[in-house]
Amino acid sequence: MRTTKSYTKQFILLIIALLGIAFLNINFGSVSIPSKDILSILSGGPPVKDSWEIIILNFRVPKAITAILVGSGLSISGLLMQTLFRNPLAGPFVLGISSGASLGVAILILGAGFFGGVFGGLAMSNWSLAIAAIAGSGLVLLAVMLAANKVRNTMSILIIGLMFGSLSAAFISVLSYFSEASKIQQYIFWGFGSLGNLSWEEIGVFACIFSVGIVGILFVIKPLNSLLLGENYAKSLGINIKKSRNIILIVTSLLTGVITAFAGPIAFIGLAVPHMTKLVFKSSNHKILIPAVAIVGAIILLICDMIAQLPTSEFTLPINAITSLFGAPIVIWLLIRKKKIFV
Amino acid sequence: MTVKKTHIVLATKDLSIGYRQRKKQQIIASDINLHIEAGKFVALLGKNGIGKSTLLRTISGVQEALGGSTSLKAKEISKFSNVELAKALSVVLTERLPESQLTVYQLITLGRQPYTNWIDTLSGTDIEKIDWAIEMTEIAHLKNRPFYELSDGQLQRVLIARALAQDTDLIILDEPTAHLDIHHTIKIFTLLQKLVETTDKTIIISTHEVNLAMQFANNFILLDEEKCHHGTLDELISENSFDTLFRSNLIKFNRSLKQFVIQKDN
Repeated sequence: MRTTKSYTKQFILLIIALLGIAFLNINFGSVSIPSKDILSILSGGPPVKDSWEIIILNFRVPKAITAILVGSGLSISGLLMQTLFRNPLAGPFVLGISSGASLGVAILILGAGFFGGVFGGLAMSNWSLAIAAIAGSGLVLLAVMLAANKVRNTMSILIIGLMFGSLSAAFISVLSYFSEASKIQQYIFWGFGSLGNLSWEEIGVFACIFSVGIVGILFVIKPLNSLLLGENYAKSLGINIKKSRNIILIVTSLLTGVITAFAGPIAFIGLAVPHMTKLVFKSSNHKILIPAVAIVGAIILLICDMIAQLPTSEFTLPINAITSLFGAPIVIWLLIRKKKIFV
Repeated sequence: MTVKKTHIVLATKDLSIGYRQRKKQQIIASDINLHIEAGKFVALLGKNGIGKSTLLRTISGVQEALGGSTSLKAKEISKFSNVELAKALSVVLTERLPESQLTVYQLITLGRQPYTNWIDTLSGTDIEKIDWAIEMTEIAHLKNRPFYELSDGQLQRVLIARALAQDTDLIILDEPTAHLDIHHTIKIFTLLQKLVETTDKTIIISTHEVNLAMQFANNFILLDEEKCHHGTLDELISENSFDTLFRSNLIKFNRSLKQFVIQKDN
C-alpha cells in the first residue's frame, strides 16, 4: 500500500487561483479598464483605446510577472534557508541576506560619490544593479555560512545573521552620510520596494537569472529531503553535504540578490510563505513543497500588490510596507493557533 | 585469532580515534584492532566519556581517524564513495531530529535515498524494502503519524526501521536505549537480537545497559582507559577484561552471575 499522498488536486486548485488572481491583479490600477477589454488586449485583439494597450502590456502585465517572480523566488529562498539551517525562523531577511543585497545596491548608488569615479563609469545598467545585489547577498551569506561552520548552535547562527544585517545597515548609513541628497533619495525609493517600473528588457534579465537559480534547485531536492533528518543522517545517506550546501547557498543568494536588485528589499514573504504552505500541504517533501511554496508566494505577492493599489487608486503604497503590515499579523496568528511550526 | 576473511564485515587496524584541532591532536583511544563477523549482535561498552561515540563515528566514516584504518568487507572505508558507503552501512544516532512534518512512512522512505533517482522516486523494490522494514519493527500502526507525536520508544523503532530500509549489511546504533524505560529497552534489545538472527545483518550498538547487553549480545567491545578488548562474553571474562571496565568502588563484576553487581560496604 502506498501512503505517499498525491497532491494533484491541490496543485490544480492553486494554479487556477494563481491565474485568476493574476488576471484580477491586471484589472487593478489608477485607470479603470473593463475586464472584457483587458482580455481582448491580452489575446492580441484590437484595443478600444491605444493608451489602454500601453497600460496593460507595458505596465500592468510586467508588474504582475514581476510580482510572480518575486513572490515565488523569495518563498523558495525562505524554504531552502529554513531546511538548511533547520530553523523555522530562518529566511533571507532574518539571516541578513537581503541586507547584504541592499548593501551591494547602496555601494553602487551611493558609492559613486564616496569612491569617486570607479563606480561612476559602471552607470546604472540593469546588469550592474543585479550583479551588485547578488554580490552583496552572496558575501553576507558566505560570511554567515563560515560562522555557521564554527558554531553548531542554530540560535547563534540566526544572531550572527542579524549582526551581519546590522553591519550592512551601519555601512549603508555611513555611505548615506557622505552622499548627495539626490542619491540618497534614489536609494530610499529603491528601499521602499516596487514591483512596477520594470521594462520588458529588465524582466528578461530578471527571468534569466531567476531560471538559473531554479535549475540549481533541481539538484538539491534530494539533499533537502534528507537534511530534514539533520546533517549527520543526510551524510549517512550518501549526500555530499558540502556540495549540496554550496548549491543551496548559491541558489538562495542568486534569487534573493536578483529580486532585491529589481524590486527592493521585500520583507516577510520569505519567512512566512513556507509556513503558510506547510499548513496547507501537510508535507515535508521538497518535491512537493518547492512548487507549492512558489505558487503560494506568487499568489500572496499579487494580493499584496493589489492592496498596495487600492487605497487611493492614484498612488501606490510601498509594497514592502504592505507585506509586513498584512504578513506579520498572519504569521503571529498562525503560530498562536497552531502552537507548532516546522522546519 | 584465525577467522576466515570472508566472514569479517568490519575490521580496524591499529585505529586511533580522537579529535584534531588545528595542529593539535587529542587521542582518545588507540591501537584498536577489531574483527567483527557477519551476523553478530555486538555491544560496545564503556564508561561515560571514554570514547564510545567517537569510536562509532569513526568506524561509520562520519569522523576521520587519527591513525590506522577501518575496512568494510575488506575494502578500506576511505575508498568508498558517499553512496557506496550508504549502501553498506546505516546508522541510528542519538541526536534529536530537527522538527518537521515528516510522517513515519516518509521518514523511513528517506532510508532509500542511496537507491532512488535524482528526484527521489520510489521503485517497486524500494517500496518492498520499506514495507519489510515496517513489518520487522512492528510499526505498521504508526505509519501515517507525524514522527514528532511518537514516544521515545516508538521513535527508536522507527529510526531502526529507517536504517533497515537502507538495506545495509552493517547497522550501527549509538545508545539506542537512552531515555527508554526498562520495558522499552528490553523491547529494543529483543528486536535487535531478532534482526540479527533472521537477517544475517551485523548490528553494533553502544549502550550503558551493561547487564542487559550481556544477556542479548553475541560479542562485546570493551573500551577502557588502557585498551580496547573484543570477544565473546566468556572470552572476555576469562581475560578479566570486565574488571577494569568501570574502575569503581560502587560496582563489581560478578563472574558467576556474569553481571555487574552493586558493591555493598562490608
